Amino acid sequence: MTPTAAKRPLQLNDQGQLRHFLSLDGLSRELLTEILDTADSFLEVGARAVKKVPLLRGKTVCNVFFENSTRTRTTFELAAQRLSADVISLNVSTSSTSKGETLFDTLRNLEAMAADMFVVRHADSGAAHFIAEHVCPNVAVINGGDGRHGHPTQGMLDMLTIRRHKGSFEKLSVAIVGDILHSRVARSDMLALKTLGCPDIRVIAPKTLLPVGIEQYGVSVYNDLAEGLKEVDVVIMLRLQRERMQGGLLPSEGEFYRLYGLTTQRLALAKPDALVMHPGPINRGVEIESAVADGSQSVILNQVTYGIAIRMAVLSMAMSGQAAQRQLNQDSEEQN
Amino acid sequence: MSLPDPAVLLPQMAAALSAHLQQRQIAEPRYIGIHTGGVWVAEALLQAMGQSAPLGTLNVSFYRDDFTQNGLHPQVRPSALPFEIEGQHLVLIDDVLMSGRTIRAALNELFDYGRPASVTLVCLLDLNARELPIRPDVVGATLSLAPGERIKLHGPAPLSLARQLLASH
Repeated sequence: MTPTAAKRPLQLNDQGQLRHFLSLDGLSRELLTEILDTADSFLEVGARAVKKVPLLRGKTVCNVFFENSTRTRTTFELAAQRLSADVISLNVSTSSTSKGETLFDTLRNLEAMAADMFVVRHADSGAAHFIAEHVCPNVAVINGGDGRHGHPTQGMLDMLTIRRHKGSFEKLSVAIVGDILHSRVARSDMLALKTLGCPDIRVIAPKTLLPVGIEQYGVSVYNDLAEGLKEVDVVIMLRLQRERMQGGLLPSEGEFYRLYGLTTQRLALAKPDALVMHPGPINRGVEIESAVADGSQSVILNQVTYGIAIRMAVLSMAMSGQAAQRQLNQDSEEQN
Repeated sequence: MSLPDPAVLLPQMAAALSAHLQQRQIAEPRYIGIHTGGVWVAEALLQAMGQSAPLGTLNVSFYRDDFTQNGLHPQVRPSALPFEIEGQHLVLIDDVLMSGRTIRAALNELFDYGRPASVTLVCLLDLNARELPIRPDVVGATLSLAPGERIKLHGPAPLSLARQLLASH
């Protein structure tokens, strides 16, 4: 029995392949592993003299960023270019919407330019999902970060980083430290770690920077950094999102660093070979000491490299899932 | 019709390839197998030739014209070419030549690494079903299949060929 459109999760096609990439919620371990395996083979492309493969030749990828971002936008651009797609990037926050155009009108215009794929970043949770529901058929939508909800490609690049340095997830203790409340990265990381079988996921933050109901993610909560870091294999630091804070959550940055900043001394509480990760941009001296960010355990710059490979994997898998669905639709039309 | 035994074909192919290379005065070719079956054939062929040259491997998934229908195959190991391509004489090895599309993809990929001096194509089987003007220089055996039939190589050791029927037939 083929699942009906209503029952089928929006981001999968009738064969269970990715056709949009909106959230890690509801994606199986097999699918996440397939993304990691595909990204692994794309890493080799980045090491070549000619860093390009023809998979998406003739396709148009449109980066629609309603919210500023440098790293995510440029790595999505590079990923699409390495797949030979044509890429345009729109910084909508400084463009038509400021002239009064609605989100729908902006999208209809982009569709009229025959874009095959949208990479969307938006300050509102659920924006990418909303666009995927309303975009014309055969166009794939990739979530490049939506509000506090999720940042699935960042989550997957964090998983690739962990897998490449630690081999697997089954025996790991992973600590996520800092501003959990405002972090879509934390949400995507928790979901991915859970799905991939990580047995010990810890979140470490002051009570004011923890969302209500955090336990539902199957994580253990620590308010004390020293206690939470004990014997962990991976430390994921989060950026203190000052721009999203509306007063009263923190006494001061100095206070936050004193209690939750990752220093050499505190890192020594984790396992000696513990990885230090950070989605960037890092605030030196706010959440992480320079000596740690630049130290031998830091894989912060590797994360950027892996991010390109993950984005190549997701772009090509979604494009392939869209094409497969189109074929299925054609076949069933011919049968009727 | 029974399928040929790779163990019988390989020494013949080794001799034919040596003669081919000698005739072209190619002294030090670079050997490259296409994942996965082509790598197995390449390893067996090098052994049959008494060669210990390094073997390059090619995963052509990213260059195929049918990836939207067949998807990517992430379980296949990435390409690894432990030598320069630029200016080199290459021996490209695959298991079964059918439409020629895999070889087309492989040639495109190789040219992204450099401009080879020449490419010699070696295949264990030629199924007489080419859709592109691509012909092997050295071939183990040529045979024709009934509609809906496919051949699969099992390996890596020992290599054996098996007939398969497509589900739709």
